[in-house]
Amino acid sequence: MSVKLTDEMLKALPDSRGHFGAFGGRFVSETLMDSLMTLEKEYLQLKDDPEFQANFDKDLADYVGRPSPLYFAERLTRETGGAQIWLKREDLNHTGAHKVNNTIGQALLASFLGKKRIIAETGAGQHGVATATVCARLGLECHIFMGSEDVQRQSLNVYRMKLLGATVHAVESGTKTLKDAMNEAMRDWVANVDDTFYIIGTVAGPHPYPLLVRDFQSVIGRELREQSMEKMGKLPDALVACVGGGSNAIGMFYPFLTDESVELYGVEAGGLGIETGDHAAPLCAGRPGVLHGNRTYLMEDENGQISGTHSVSAGLDYPGVGPEHSWLKDIGRAHYVSVTDEEALAGFRTLTQVEGIMPALESSHAVAYALKLAATMDKDKVLVINVSGRGDKDIHTIAQLDGIEI
Amino acid sequence: MSRIEGVLKSLKEQGRKALIPYITAGDPHPDQTVSLMHTLVKAGADIIELGVPFSDPMADGPVIQLACERALKHNTSLRQVIGMVEEFRKTDPDTPVVLMGYLNPMEAMGYEAFADAAAKAGVDGVLTVDLPPEEAGDVAPLFSKRNIDPIFLLAPTTTDDRITAISKHSSGYVYYVSIKGVTGSATINVDEVAEKVAHIHELTALPVGVGFGIRDAETAGAIGKVSDGVIVGSVLVDTIARNQSDSDALNQALHDLLYPMREALDSLA
Repeated sequence: MSVKLTDEMLKALPDSRGHFGAFGGRFVSETLMDSLMTLEKEYLQLKDDPEFQANFDKDLADYVGRPSPLYFAERLTRETGGAQIWLKREDLNHTGAHKVNNTIGQALLASFLGKKRIIAETGAGQHGVATATVCARLGLECHIFMGSEDVQRQSLNVYRMKLLGATVHAVESGTKTLKDAMNEAMRDWVANVDDTFYIIGTVAGPHPYPLLVRDFQSVIGRELREQSMEKMGKLPDALVACVGGGSNAIGMFYPFLTDESVELYGVEAGGLGIETGDHAAPLCAGRPGVLHGNRTYLMEDENGQISGTHSVSAGLDYPGVGPEHSWLKDIGRAHYVSVTDEEALAGFRTLTQVEGIMPALESSHAVAYALKLAATMDKDKVLVINVSGRGDKDIHTIAQLDGIEI
Repeated sequence: MSRIEGVLKSLKEQGRKALIPYITAGDPHPDQTVSLMHTLVKAGADIIELGVPFSDPMADGPVIQLACERALKHNTSLRQVIGMVEEFRKTDPDTPVVLMGYLNPMEAMGYEAFADAAAKAGVDGVLTVDLPPEEAGDVAPLFSKRNIDPIFLLAPTTTDDRITAISKHSSGYVYYVSIKGVTGSATINVDEVAEKVAHIHELTALPVGVGFGIRDAETAGAIGKVSDGVIVGSVLVDTIARNQSDSDALNQALHDLLYPMREALDSLA
């Protein structure tokens, strides 16, 4: 049974210490506390500052190319034989994914705070590219931390970041993926806290990051509301988005949280299958713990050590998830499900071949689940998939799985 | 009075400074930790900080990251670390032991269960790197109630208001992180530390231990002069890494590294 959310309840979250119910918070070493508190204070002031918002909106329109289209996938709908399937085309944004919405916003914040050096972590490289892009535009020094395993499987994005003038640091510690990249970015931040702004790419991390990333990404859901009323004359019945850290999902869901008629589905990476343990689905199969500055659902062993994860998509290969998703799960407002690597790859092929749209492997998880869900829904229902990114960066991975060398 | 308070009080009365070495439990092997702890005491340790290994030690540099990896290769768990303290206590009832680590292993064990087991084993203090006082409201009282000192960090970036607030939540001592950076990284600036520690002393009556960047007798002596104690970590852990194949050589090397720091501190008295 889901809790009926109201605007007042949402306005009170996160609370003053960054908590969403039992989740979130600020669990960092003392050296970072002052910076986080300053960032929170500045952001809360700028949030309602008309000039800041106008700058943000203008950049989203003229630089990112927003609003992103809401597209009716007519042939896919016919072939699936259920609910109408619409696509929110975040893949058409400048740099090819939703990530840029947030980096534009945080770079504006960095400018207001007078920080000249930017650091960021990245998994699939989309957030790294989006960060390197805004740094090139604003003339900021840019350092990207990326697990060495991801550097290999996302070599195209690594090269894009370098072309944009960023320094890419391959992280060799731990599991050599996104979580270790985040550890390393935190370590860099501690050492350079005076002149450095850390642009976190997802709705995880210490307060106020889950708040400000959610706010910047909520443009997705706000546009979707307007576009739905315009094109369908009603709100959608179901929204489907992939969840790694969960920034594209929260951006899509947040403006609909009080609309009870809209069902929300977050799709985690089921990897080789939840039962195998080789996956990246903390909401489906993990338990609450503390990592990277916040309390949230995590994949961990019985002793509290963080588990290695597996997903075919580097962007979902993360053992934690944004704390607001953990809260939405516990109050029953959103459904969290998973699809396997194999199902996601099938989703990728279907959307590519039926609609001529090549989704990122991350977004392919949302596609795969949405196709199953749509088939169970009536024809007069409307389902929207967040196509959070485009699949060009994954061509090498897919070719490799097909045994083709390119 | 806690064991930590007792030791620090008696040192102060003698005009001496505390030597507080850190090693990671389970490194290089869980069977060696208790013996290494006794070696540290023989070389002059007043308090031991025993690291609880964690898979994602965000505040640590490469030396302690690798120590965690070595310890976790042998699945060193928080329960086992508590067992090591219990074993150590059988022959050393006097030297305080502080567990230092990250929050998640404690959260996974359960705070009440952890506090009970730690108290029973003879743990004297708990320092959780990623638990600022703002989030410690439910946890720290569980320790205090069992006569375990909750120890918090102060950093160069900590404002006066926070120094006062953090000190109120702490007992035993406060740990001043001398540099902006991870463990084992930059070189310590003695003048800056002296100024900051003097300022902290104006804001709290608690003893101030200084860590990060103390690597030899010279830096130990210089920092000992301006604080109540020095915490030595990465350089010891690095010595463990370089001698991990030979247990006797390791104990000797650890002793030879720490003992001159003891002498340097005692020459200040």
